[in-house]
Amino acid sequence: MRRRLSTVATQSALIAITLVTLTPFAWMVSASLMHTGEAMTLPIPLLPAAATLDQYRDLFARLALGPALRSSLIIAFLSTLLSLGFNSAAGYAFAKLRFPGRDRVLAALLAMLVIPGQVGMLPLFLLLRSVHLVNTIWGVILPSMAGVFGIFMVRQYALSIPDELLDAARVDGASEWRIYRSIVLPLLRPILATLAVFTFMSSWNDFLWPLIVLTDDRHYTLPVALANLLGEHAQDTELMMAGSVLTVLPVLLLFAVLQRQYITGITAGGIKE
Amino acid sequence: MITAGRQGAAGSLRNPGLRAEARAGWLLAAPGIVLITCFFLLPVAAGLLMSLTDLDLYGIADPATARFIGAANYQRLAGSAVFWRALANTAGFVLVGGPLTIAAALGSAVLVNAKSTRLPSLFRTLLFVPVVATLVAVAVVWRYLYHPSFGLLNQALDLVGLKPIDWLGDPHTAMLAIILLAVWKNFGFSMVIIVAGLQAIPEHLYEAARIDGAGPLQQLRLITIPLLRPTLLFVAVTTTIGYLQLFAEPYVLTSGTGGPLDSTLSLVLYMFKEGFRWWNIGYAAAVAMVLFVAILGGALLQLRLRPAR
Repeated sequence: MRRRLSTVATQSALIAITLVTLTPFAWMVSASLMHTGEAMTLPIPLLPAAATLDQYRDLFARLALGPALRSSLIIAFLSTLLSLGFNSAAGYAFAKLRFPGRDRVLAALLAMLVIPGQVGMLPLFLLLRSVHLVNTIWGVILPSMAGVFGIFMVRQYALSIPDELLDAARVDGASEWRIYRSIVLPLLRPILATLAVFTFMSSWNDFLWPLIVLTDDRHYTLPVALANLLGEHAQDTELMMAGSVLTVLPVLLLFAVLQRQYITGITAGGIKE
Repeated sequence: MITAGRQGAAGSLRNPGLRAEARAGWLLAAPGIVLITCFFLLPVAAGLLMSLTDLDLYGIADPATARFIGAANYQRLAGSAVFWRALANTAGFVLVGGPLTIAAALGSAVLVNAKSTRLPSLFRTLLFVPVVATLVAVAVVWRYLYHPSFGLLNQALDLVGLKPIDWLGDPHTAMLAIILLAVWKNFGFSMVIIVAGLQAIPEHLYEAARIDGAGPLQQLRLITIPLLRPTLLFVAVTTTIGYLQLFAEPYVLTSGTGGPLDSTLSLVLYMFKEGFRWWNIGYAAAVAMVLFVAILGGALLQLRLRPAR
């Protein structure tokens, strides 16, 4: 009896916490479907009286959030694709290829993990300004094309590739490049998929650097455009909620599809520490 | 005879083979290393140098006008009340928000991991949703949840008979509002890692404890927490490092000001305003260095607490 009571208590507590956690999302969606001004009435309506897509139409027609959506997609896709290429090559090299200085370079890279990105942002901005990349999508992409975290993740995974496999290919006369392309990359596919999800999401969600390097609304990503919109439309609750839905929806959908992979990736990293 | 011949052939191939491998290693690693050097390492080093100059708006147009001024930026920082405010705000955010986040993570992890819990992985996934959500978008949502008259939070307070709070308008509660948002946004990350840590604790320890008559709280204190120490240390370090970089929450909730009365101004927001709004580049670079030292110090301090093995 006491046991069953504690079971019920545990489960109810968990359900309650989950409901509270998800409430902001539910309210965001609900308010985004309301007519202008509806969310600012008392008592606060939890559901729209008559659901409408007006706010979303406004976002695209009047406020031109379409280009921001496009910018976000292009930047996230290119960052992901390019960083997968650079990080997988370096990660494999650090794991499996013996070259002079390898271990020292790897140790130096890992030591850099404690340096926060913000420390280099002012000089990086001046550097990109001098080569006319400020206010371009490449200004956002270039600094994210290779990362210590990604390289290390690939390296840890690549350590499990058996040396015999690579040596056998060498004996068969395969070039090192061919081995990387035809043997290593297919074997790395699971970790590359995880890394792709991480990179896409962090690129999509990034705020400070795009805010710095994109100096006018031509190339704004969605988070920057949304923060900017808040400056002019703070009174338009329903509109801002529609903008928030538009901004989070792609990453939430991606997470819904790939959540197992994502969470496994995180716990693997956490336990190894 | 044949074996010996083979070995000889392998031996002579070995050196060119190794050389090819070394060359491939460098060629594959080099692009990543070059990118990291150009876009991270050199800017960080340049940041350190810039913090010793008076580089400003004029210096951007013509770097030759910038002068080396030694530690003057740091002296100015030490004399600036706003800087100390930003440092204290950031420290407060880390010292209150961090433990709250980890407590929420630990609590929900224990619930998710309880043997009797149905659908644990569903709850784990749902509680993780705020972690993957775009920070700016959810901060916008929370800004409206905190609305003094039309926000759900005050509505909830009203239901239990409490007075409405001007969350973001009152300098005494604005940082609290940012902490609540951060706890909600981030506890799922630590929770997922703690759940994995909990699952690694052997079940027979709990059985033995139960036989010895230990209740649930005693089991938590005597088995779970000690065995979870490395995991908790890991989430403490990650949370501290992440929280020291507080920026988007105050930026969105306070329209980029860090107000009211600088009560939510964080180190990074201060750096951003000084560097990218007023173009006091040298001075802002000094703020960034303080952030670096704070992160390094925070990480080292917590690693020293690591149990000796």
